[in-house]
Amino acid sequence: MAGQDDKQECWIERKQSATLIYRGVWVICGLLALADFFYHKHIVFKIEGFPAFYGLYGFIGCVGLVLGAKELRKLLKRGENYYDR
Amino acid sequence: MIADLPPGLILILGALVIPFLRPRLRPYFMILLPVLALIHLLMLPEGNQAQVDMFGHTLIFLRVDSLAFLFGLIFLIAAFLNVIYGWHEDDSVQQVSSLVYAGAGVGAVFVGDLISLFIFWELTAIASVFLIWASRTERAYRAGMRYLVIQIGSGVILLAGVVLHYRATGSISFDNLGLVSFPTALIFIAFGIKCAFPLLHNWLQDAYPEATVVGTVVLSAFTTKLAVYALARGFPGTDILILIGVTMTAFPIFYAVIENDLRRVLAYSLNNQLGFMVVGIGIGTPMALNGTAAHAFCHILYKALLFMSMGAVLFRTGTVKGSELGGLWKSMPWTAGFCIVGAASISAFPLFSGFISKSLIIAAAAEQGHWITWLVLLFASAGVFHHSGIKIPFFAFFAHDSGIRCKEAPTNMLIAMGLAAFMCIGIGVYPSALYAILPHQVDFVPYTVTHVITQLQLLMFSALAFSVLMRHGLYPPELKSTNLDSDWFYRRVLPGIYGFFRDAVSHVHFRTLARTQVRLNRFIAAVYRHHGPQGALARTWPVGSTVLWVAVLLCITLVFYYVE
Repeated sequence: MAGQDDKQECWIERKQSATLIYRGVWVICGLLALADFFYHKHIVFKIEGFPAFYGLYGFIGCVGLVLGAKELRKLLKRGENYYDR
Repeated sequence: MIADLPPGLILILGALVIPFLRPRLRPYFMILLPVLALIHLLMLPEGNQAQVDMFGHTLIFLRVDSLAFLFGLIFLIAAFLNVIYGWHEDDSVQQVSSLVYAGAGVGAVFVGDLISLFIFWELTAIASVFLIWASRTERAYRAGMRYLVIQIGSGVILLAGVVLHYRATGSISFDNLGLVSFPTALIFIAFGIKCAFPLLHNWLQDAYPEATVVGTVVLSAFTTKLAVYALARGFPGTDILILIGVTMTAFPIFYAVIENDLRRVLAYSLNNQLGFMVVGIGIGTPMALNGTAAHAFCHILYKALLFMSMGAVLFRTGTVKGSELGGLWKSMPWTAGFCIVGAASISAFPLFSGFISKSLIIAAAAEQGHWITWLVLLFASAGVFHHSGIKIPFFAFFAHDSGIRCKEAPTNMLIAMGLAAFMCIGIGVYPSALYAILPHQVDFVPYTVTHVITQLQLLMFSALAFSVLMRHGLYPPELKSTNLDSDWFYRRVLPGIYGFFRDAVSHVHFRTLARTQVRLNRFIAAVYRHHGPQGALARTWPVGSTVLWVAVLLCITLVFYYVE
């Protein structure tokens, strides 16, 4: 998530910071995925046992959500004052 | 005697005094009301207290049990926060209606029979619409009208259900009704309208974002959660609620992604959160019902917090459109911080309130073997983080710098947001306090290694999806737009059908009228031709011809006379 740290003025506005945060998210995700190999997972469904299942599912789900919503927009989008006419 | 006083009445009766007070004194008086009601509630013993015999029925205005207590408690906390948040507001319409509305909500939670429920059910509708109309715009007026029609409609359906239910069973008590007959189905639908079931939901996204800055915050707490309470009381373990709830979690989030008005985004995510609660009621196990109650409690706080932060943005900048905002963290750092706390709570980050409540519901779904439900709930959880957790703070406070520079939110708003944020974190860090007041014994540990890591995975990979899509320009931009939802049906299709018939009827009417006119004109012309001044039958004839005709007549008479 971009820019939770807003203590330093302008830090967040630099272009490099965005790249840094972007890479940071990748690193955190990588570590979390790896973490799956280092503890005993309590599972109910078999599929949960798949390494990084939650991460992959969340990623695919969100990409699907956004791309789905984009398609939906083509169908549903109207002018801002659609109902006011 | 004092034990007979329903806590909701303290707010309602107190609110009626407000207009007679000096504007400067009003907030001090208003803040006393929820505090008094809260103290009163904490001292109430369990069981049925206030009973009134009326028309041969026993109306129970005060029934205290764990479920009612929990909802009453959070409603009063919400009312308290709302008063602080609206401290600067000197509009007596909003002041009175927000407290009457809160009082009606609290009142409804503590009733023990369906008739009293109906009374408070309708009162919430009537009191709350003024919070929308208080915007005093044409748009808000119309949205309020639509809202009122639907809300009152829910009450009328409820009343019909109650009457038929009484005829069938002879009972008006408000307990586990079950979806077993036509009357209970009517009651179920009435609850479903207020709970924003799929296709009955659109009043929420239509009306809430049109209310005032304070009004939307107030609205977000009561109506829908009252419906959740009513469903949990009347229809626990009703299977169809699982399907309904699952649809509610998944369907509105697509709209939330493409919606531009950030308060409307929150309204869609409110709908999604209600879905989790409805699934819990549908599963109906003690754990799931605990989850629903806990989630309603946490949800009211973080949703109010999010609406407060967006309200503050609206208050300072005059807009909450994602397409016009951005970079506000510099002007409103505290608001941004509180917004992020709300976002983390709704997203169910560990150490925030949503984490310890939503997991009860998801775990209950898994425990009962509802694997499709479980998968959809996980998807919806990831989606929530996406549109409420990231989108709201990102587009309002970060993203590109919109160039808007404004003052930080007023102190009273910051205090209200701070308190809400404190409670969100407090519940997340120390869940036992909330678990202790849930309706059933809690046998659940939220902070396990598995749960924390899997949840963090789900959320961080969702953040990754957002980052990747943003970075590659695939994320749909915030656009000024209206997205068609089910309200299209009654705002466009129905008026269209009505318009078609109106036009058809008026067309036939005018055609017939025109033809009749033509025929009538012809008829009059014909009469005129024969009988008018120049008409053959109206001519004045000369004396000679008359004499001739008389002679002819006499001759004929003579002939007849002779023949006879």
